[in-house]
Amino acid sequence: MIKAILIFNNHGKPRMSKFYEHYTEDTEQQIIRETFHLVSKRDENICNFLEGGLLIGGSDNKLIYRHYATLYFVFCVDSSESELGILDLIQVFVETLDKCFENVCELDLIFHVDKVHNILAEMVMGGMVLETNMSEIITQVEAQGKMEKSEAGIAGAPARAVSAVKNMNLPEMPKNINIGDISIKVPNLPSFK
Amino acid sequence: MALKIVKGSIDRMFDKNLQDLVRGIRNHKEDEAKYISTCIDEIKQELKQDNIAVKANAVCKLTYLQMLGYDVSWAAFNIVEVMSSSKFTYKRIGYLAASQCFHEGTDVIMLTTNQIRKDLSSPNQYDTGVALTGLSCFVTPDLARDLANDIMTLMSHTKPYIRKKAVLIMYKVFLKYPESLRPAFPRLKEKLEDPDPGVQSAAVNVICELARRNPKNYLSLAPLFFKLMTSSTNNWVLIKIIKLFGALTPLEPRLGKKLIEPLTNLIHSTSAMSLLYECVNTVIAVLISLSSGMPNHSASIQLCVQKLRILIEDSDQNLKYLGLLAMSKILKTHPKSVQSHKDLILQCLDDKDESIRLRALDLLYGMVSKKNLMEIVKKLMLHVDKAEGTTYRDELLTKIIDICSQSNFQYITNFEWYISILVELTRLEGTRHGHLIASQMLDVAIRVKAIRGFAVAQMATLLDNAHLLTGNTQRNGICEVLYAAAWICGEFSEHLEDPMQTLEAMLRPKVATLPGHIQAVYVQNAAKLFATVLRKHDGETESQAAQETSQLLIDRLPLFVQSANLEVQERASCILQLVKYIQKLQQKNVEVAEEVTALFAGELNPVAPKAQKKVPIPEGLDLDAWINEPPSGSESEDEKPKAVFAKEEPKHSRSRHTEVDEKELARRREVRKQEQASNPFYIKASPSSQKVYDAPGVEHIPVVQIDLSVPLKVPGMPMSDQYLKLEEERRQKEKAERKKKEKKKKREKRGKERKADSGPESEEDITPAHQVDIVTEEMPENALPSDDDDKDPNDPHKALDIDLDKPLADSDKLPVRTHRPEVLKSPAEDRDGESVPQETKKKSGKEKKKDKEKDRKRSKEEKKKKKKPKEVEEELLESQPEEAVQSEETKEAAAPPTSTSAEASDLDFWLSSAPVPPAAQEVTAPSSSAAAVDTSSAAAPESEPDEPKDTEPEDTKSSKHKKKKQKKEKEEKEKKKKKRHHHHHQHHGDAGGEDSVQNGTVEEEEPLPPMSNYSLLAENSYIKMVYDIQGNHQDESKVVVSVIFENKSDSFLKAMEFNVLDSLNSKLQRPEGAGAHDSLTVPFQLPPGVSNEARFVFSVQSIVMPQKLKGTLTFIVKSDESSTHEKLDFKLHFTCTSYLITTPCYSDAYAKLLESGDLKGSSLRLEGINMPFHHLLARICFHHHFSVVERIDSCASMYSRSIQGHHVCLLVKTSDQTVSIDAKCDEPSLLGNVLDEIKQTFSKC
Repeated sequence: MIKAILIFNNHGKPRMSKFYEHYTEDTEQQIIRETFHLVSKRDENICNFLEGGLLIGGSDNKLIYRHYATLYFVFCVDSSESELGILDLIQVFVETLDKCFENVCELDLIFHVDKVHNILAEMVMGGMVLETNMSEIITQVEAQGKMEKSEAGIAGAPARAVSAVKNMNLPEMPKNINIGDISIKVPNLPSFK
Repeated sequence: MALKIVKGSIDRMFDKNLQDLVRGIRNHKEDEAKYISTCIDEIKQELKQDNIAVKANAVCKLTYLQMLGYDVSWAAFNIVEVMSSSKFTYKRIGYLAASQCFHEGTDVIMLTTNQIRKDLSSPNQYDTGVALTGLSCFVTPDLARDLANDIMTLMSHTKPYIRKKAVLIMYKVFLKYPESLRPAFPRLKEKLEDPDPGVQSAAVNVICELARRNPKNYLSLAPLFFKLMTSSTNNWVLIKIIKLFGALTPLEPRLGKKLIEPLTNLIHSTSAMSLLYECVNTVIAVLISLSSGMPNHSASIQLCVQKLRILIEDSDQNLKYLGLLAMSKILKTHPKSVQSHKDLILQCLDDKDESIRLRALDLLYGMVSKKNLMEIVKKLMLHVDKAEGTTYRDELLTKIIDICSQSNFQYITNFEWYISILVELTRLEGTRHGHLIASQMLDVAIRVKAIRGFAVAQMATLLDNAHLLTGNTQRNGICEVLYAAAWICGEFSEHLEDPMQTLEAMLRPKVATLPGHIQAVYVQNAAKLFATVLRKHDGETESQAAQETSQLLIDRLPLFVQSANLEVQERASCILQLVKYIQKLQQKNVEVAEEVTALFAGELNPVAPKAQKKVPIPEGLDLDAWINEPPSGSESEDEKPKAVFAKEEPKHSRSRHTEVDEKELARRREVRKQEQASNPFYIKASPSSQKVYDAPGVEHIPVVQIDLSVPLKVPGMPMSDQYLKLEEERRQKEKAERKKKEKKKKREKRGKERKADSGPESEEDITPAHQVDIVTEEMPENALPSDDDDKDPNDPHKALDIDLDKPLADSDKLPVRTHRPEVLKSPAEDRDGESVPQETKKKSGKEKKKDKEKDRKRSKEEKKKKKKPKEVEEELLESQPEEAVQSEETKEAAAPPTSTSAEASDLDFWLSSAPVPPAAQEVTAPSSSAAAVDTSSAAAPESEPDEPKDTEPEDTKSSKHKKKKQKKEKEEKEKKKKKRHHHHHQHHGDAGGEDSVQNGTVEEEEPLPPMSNYSLLAENSYIKMVYDIQGNHQDESKVVVSVIFENKSDSFLKAMEFNVLDSLNSKLQRPEGAGAHDSLTVPFQLPPGVSNEARFVFSVQSIVMPQKLKGTLTFIVKSDESSTHEKLDFKLHFTCTSYLITTPCYSDAYAKLLESGDLKGSSLRLEGINMPFHHLLARICFHHHFSVVERIDSCASMYSRSIQGHHVCLLVKTSDQTVSIDAKCDEPSLLGNVLDEIKQTFSKC
């Protein structure tokens, strides 16, 4: 079981958090802070597993994380999950984000956290891995996106126009701040199909 | 400029969306909280509007704020509103918000049940998907119970996207509503072989999660998983299955043997590290399970260790970490093969990565021996000094203690060394593990008698230097060791060289800053020391020293009498009075030493921590019985009489004396006050009192200011390193001596065998430095051995420990929504007053087994009495899912009534066949899965009607059983007997039957007479056919006819062909390519006395009229000498009732339906009905597929729906023996026919 999935940046600001067990908002923030504390002080080239069991659940739990440019992707899992498998899942997740956002960067996640949730929902459901095949995930996400667009139809047009207007004034339109090493592959690990 | 104006006005027109909110927060970095609070106010305004788009937008923003840590539970109701929007876009926003912030305590959750149900059955797969995803996050026991059936239906959805989600969410449903596991499990199992890999993987996922917690219940799935493992190419699925096998092998070593070969093949062939790693892990698990029986797996161990070494040496830190992790598992059973890699592991201790160091530490635990313990611990002590982080250092500390104390101090040869290690560890700053060190000190001092002298000396030094430990507030954790030190010094004070000095150290004013429980020990042990001092000076008349001691105590103890801690205060005042009395006696020159010593006489023995719990309850003592008459009413609920003996923690006993009632305390205090008032030595509390106490005897205590950042060598403490050297020397000496001796021996006994241990010294050669007597912990006489001490009663998975091989009983049904859930009780529950699964949940261990047997018996009895179980076939399930679960829980007639033993023996068979050649495996796999179908007795994949069944179950079984022992044959016989009995009931179709749970027919008053829907189709001397017709609400033009064929003859019946003469309106569905008049082959053969069920699908056009179809069954009767061709004609009667489907209906919907005016009425009067009203309702429900909407006294409203969507409503009233039924339906002729049929039903009885 996956207990929680957290994305935060190099400063510990949460970009997405998904807990599969209930905690109060305060505890959630504390967990994010402590996880960030644990993860951020680790060097780049040491192992991606951490026994952080004190935070969530018992000693059975592990933190498995990956660090991409400005973002940390942390999965808290119990012993029923394969460590290397989860590492690969993170990779699939990030690659999927990359495809869905076209060159994903931190700002995409900041402004479209709902979309990130929707993508994640196609991969992990209630703490269990639902789908690991990237093209299948993308197909479902896109189909739902299409549905949303068709529903918006004419009614959505003014709203889109408004947001276009709003964006005109924005000096920092979120694009093209690439996550440099996003294409890093797990060594010796063929992606799961 | 113009643009800005336009933008401003539009801004006012359109609310902020999520992006605006995020942008705003980013632009208000300095006053973020203020900005957000204005945003929340805006959101509150938006939520008040009626426009759902605005609301959805607001909820979307709230979801973001929730992530930032803001409590948004106040908007829960609005979230539910957004969830129920008909637009997917908003619905998704609502469900996302709900999944982020709803939990079991959210009260609006109960409002969502119907909305979720609606979404689950939405024609749009993404509506369903979103609902499932959301539900997976916030499912509660209530939701799980109410929706289990709907989700179960979705497991057979046509879209794999929905199927996989439905399968996955079942795990959550099981967790919240364990009763659903048994009814749902057959279908879950079926999904293991789903054509879609995603669904398959989801099913594997769920079963693996379930099996991880209660592996023994899933052993029977091993053959199926084995097949999957050898056929699947999906690494995720493989990893899960292999992990599952890792959990199963400890329970069934033979499984391990079977696994070794394919796993080693995988290890050699796979390129995926993750898979390789899991394979190695499972091989290790297998080896562990085999370790007792089969020593010949050294090749596999070597392979594993060798692969792991490669992982550990890899430059990838992840692989290194995992390698060490797996290595530690091998260590447990095969320490020898790991110990050869000690170099590698010690090397990992120096790794820069903390995770890796921790793993290496774990490994060290198993690598120590008497020989290298000191050396390894020395290395660890070095690390302790170097370690920066407190967590890692604490980890090191616990590891050192673990390593040394493992298996009852097995590896410690020199306890002086160990004590000094412990003392050195007290120098750690800010560790949390003071109590751990303390308990080790106590343990060693109590249990190793020889070491007491040394330990006491060390502890005295510790006490003397106590200020070093307590000086810094950060070091508070470590002061726990003073607790141990004080106690040891007091208890074993006879070993103290200078008890006076220690006593003085224990009564320093600074002690008052220690935590209360430590002070208490100080005070108590000061008294013990006092006794020792007195005894020392015994005999010396007018001993100055003894009197000085008393004076010291009298001077210092008042400080403790003042303590805020009750325990300290009480002990101190007690002892103070005692000492005063003694002082008086001393002044009179009375010998007191002996009497004072007697206060503390006797030895304390170590007692095992669980000893109290294991005291057996004496015969005739009922702990639950009331000692006095129970007090009335609510009071009794607060008390827990059971807990008094079993659960109380040892700590409570200490504080028990404080539980004296208030009056007594007040009285004592009064007495004490008077005593104090008259006591010249008692100094009343005043602001300057501290100084007054300090005055005597404090000046000569040296107070040294020490820089605590530098780890200190406590003066006078021996360093553990010295011991290492000493030990080495000692061993050298011993070795030399031994050699001498051996040489002598050799000289004496020349020509005799040489001893093998002349090389490096072996374990046994190392003799401990002290003659050590390790006292074992005491246990009460005839303590009860029990293993379940450590089980957590609150583990949610405990409830899921359910025997899945047991055939489904009446009680194992999913509840279906009804208006009044209280009438939902199943018959089994009714009779026994409690439901089976709930009962099992409560029991533990052996009891559970007994219970299961009981259950089984009970279900047997039930069956004998009334039930006629049949098998639900896949076909039916797909076409008619709700129905299938509700009431038509059926079982293949040929299956034995109780077959868990058969199930187990099938597994035995699968396991016992040593590595089978592929062809043979082909045979066993299907047969065992076929057996699984028989035994699990519920929806399992059944072959298509026209495809001949591969093996006749009876046949395979008897052939299998030949291989087995006599005992099992006996079982088989019994089983057959039962089977006959069972069939006997089937002869009389009306004797067996079943109740529809859903209809709530059962009430407390009386049990229902058994009922059956099966009616006779045709019968001759060879065969008897009974049939039942059911509609299918997913397909409005199809009905399923289930026919049970029963062989009444002594001959074998085969080649049965079923044919019906189609009418214009109704046609038998034939396989593609078959002609309109071709007959269908019945997919089984019947041995003598056996019956089986087949299903035939008919398509119908109009359902308003009943009709009859003529048909023929042809078959071959084969006896020993001859075979004849026989034929039997029959008439299939399609009643209008058979087109009705039990559909629950809520009373409000029902009322609307009646108000709508679309329905036409009709009525019926029945005279002379002599049965209880609830029986009457039950009959209507059961025979005519109605459900009760509402019942008030002797009046009930009922509802049903035809397969083509006609509503049929009944109002049934009874008075005396007259029953009047007012009915309404949108199709009058259908209604008329249904009423006629109801009339017929009641005229029969």
